[in-house]
Amino acid sequence: MIKFLFDRDTWQELYDSIRKNKLRTLVTIFGVGFGIFLLIVLLGSARGMENSFNRLFGDFATNTVFIWGQSTSKPFKGFQEGRRVRLTLSDAKRVEENIPGVEFVVPRSQQVSKVDRGFLSGSFQIGGDYPLLDEVEKKKLIRGRFINQNDMQLKRKVAVISEDVYKQLFEKDENAIGEYIIINNINFKVVGVFKVSNINMGPPINLHIPFTTFQQIYNQAGRIGWMVITAKPEFNIVQVEKDSKLLLKNIHKIHPDDRRAFGSANAGKEFGKVTGFLTGMQFLTWFVGIATLIAGVFAIGNILLITVKERTKEIGLRRAIGATPLEIKSQIILEAVVLCLIASFIGIIFGGFVLILINYAWGQGDSAALVNPSVSIAVVLFALTLLIILGTLIGLIPAFKATSVKPIEALREE
Amino acid sequence: MLKISDLHKSYAIGDTSLHVLKGIDLSVEEGEMVAIMGSSGSGKSTLLNIIGMLDVADSGEYILDGLPIDNLTEKKAAVYRNKFLGFIFQSFNLINYKNALENVALPLYYQGLKRKKRQELGMFHLGKVGLTDWAHHLPKELSGGQKQRVAIARALAANPKLLLADEPTGALDTKTSYEIMEFIQQLNDEGKTILMVTHEEDIANMCKRIVRLRDGVIMEDKKVTQVRASQYV
Repeated sequence: MIKFLFDRDTWQELYDSIRKNKLRTLVTIFGVGFGIFLLIVLLGSARGMENSFNRLFGDFATNTVFIWGQSTSKPFKGFQEGRRVRLTLSDAKRVEENIPGVEFVVPRSQQVSKVDRGFLSGSFQIGGDYPLLDEVEKKKLIRGRFINQNDMQLKRKVAVISEDVYKQLFEKDENAIGEYIIINNINFKVVGVFKVSNINMGPPINLHIPFTTFQQIYNQAGRIGWMVITAKPEFNIVQVEKDSKLLLKNIHKIHPDDRRAFGSANAGKEFGKVTGFLTGMQFLTWFVGIATLIAGVFAIGNILLITVKERTKEIGLRRAIGATPLEIKSQIILEAVVLCLIASFIGIIFGGFVLILINYAWGQGDSAALVNPSVSIAVVLFALTLLIILGTLIGLIPAFKATSVKPIEALREE
Repeated sequence: MLKISDLHKSYAIGDTSLHVLKGIDLSVEEGEMVAIMGSSGSGKSTLLNIIGMLDVADSGEYILDGLPIDNLTEKKAAVYRNKFLGFIFQSFNLINYKNALENVALPLYYQGLKRKKRQELGMFHLGKVGLTDWAHHLPKELSGGQKQRVAIARALAANPKLLLADEPTGALDTKTSYEIMEFIQQLNDEGKTILMVTHEEDIANMCKRIVRLRDGVIMEDKKVTQVRASQYV
């Protein structure tokens, strides 16, 4: 077998046969080549989409749930339904201490306020936040810093403002750090400017001020707007959400089956949906790609069958002068495999080029739809192996057809 | 060299079966040149095909050079054909996309010879049929006679014990036919055993022995005085 593959004459025979049937060769190569081309482009694009989703979620702890208080919908322990539920700092603390799998809980508060600077003013969402927020949704700071522990302890009047706020309150190219703005008639020093991230869970916050400062200036005492619970990676965030809600219902004397008392947004669940969608798309891609490949390989088999029919006489003669059936079969199978391989090389190269073009067209910049569309070598090798196997299998049909006719009948055929 | 006894062969045609060979006994010595004659349907081609191991008999014995030919698998038949037999066909059966030399060297390829050796032997045999200058021409660039000479060179290439010719002059005009016969006679002179199917009397008379078949049996088997083809050329 090895000798057969490394024999120059084997390839000479192959070359002759291919050269003799140029059109046939082109058509089949197109069929299979298109199949693998499609597979490469589709898989590459799917990967690009996955990459872009990952980039979007990259700044965000995905195993996170947001919980806030609403109104009860069931009477419980003497309380009427419709009671307003407000979360408190101690709730956050108890969730952090009692729920298994919780990594940290970040309490947050938020309020709309008028912000002034000189003659410029605007109405913005003010968030009272812990420095820990940076762990949940990474703040992209253009200048300065985020709120720190000192700010918290000293209840400093400092603010981290969004790019939009900066644009509205400051002149172009003006340095905002160290400047003062007026929130709720109190002077705040700007310590940082951040860029709004792609993914935002909860209301978009324009200005972050220390949580402690917020509580004081808005008279919140222990009340908080909502809490952000981040689970450890190995824990299921959906379960953590359930456990936390049950604990909170217990604390606030709410019926355990009350579905409306707490509102929540589960980032993990949303992320899971996107991941599921991506997986589904990849499956579809493989399905379409491989179906096209199989169709192409069948075309090769079909056309080889026709050539075998055309060459019946030649094959009969070869057998009359001493070719064994195995030699005839190997030659035909090799022809099928080589055609498949040539086709796949062409398909892979063209597919690669198209992915490069896609990268140029849609893969550039921050809001790119497809980031780095590519296929891994493993996928390419897998596709090649699959093609070799399919090529061999499909080559068997014409190969057996070629040797099923007796040489004498083959020779007689005109 | 070759011994056949009580050979039977029938073909199934629909529900009935056609008894083509009804007990053939034939023995051929080394160096003989035998013409098998008969009208179409007499079974002459079937007999040649069985001798050529392209077809299998239903019953009877066939011994080639002391080797009983039976229970042939396709592979075994291929090896025997390659080692013992050379074929010459009426329609030449050259491979049209291979040049004369490649056609001649093809049996050697299936013998597993090295490329260089094949080229050498191929050229030698092409030289024997006088076509050295045509070695790199495709069959379509050759005349009918030249094609048959290439086919003869191919039959000789594997140095077979027995040459089988199925109407070797059937597709050629009289003059070319005699030229080809002259070649075949020369081969016989050199000691090759030749078996030839023909339905032309003049060609048959250029052999040394004529076997006449009718309806699947040997009617007549006689030695003849060989007419030399060279006197017509």
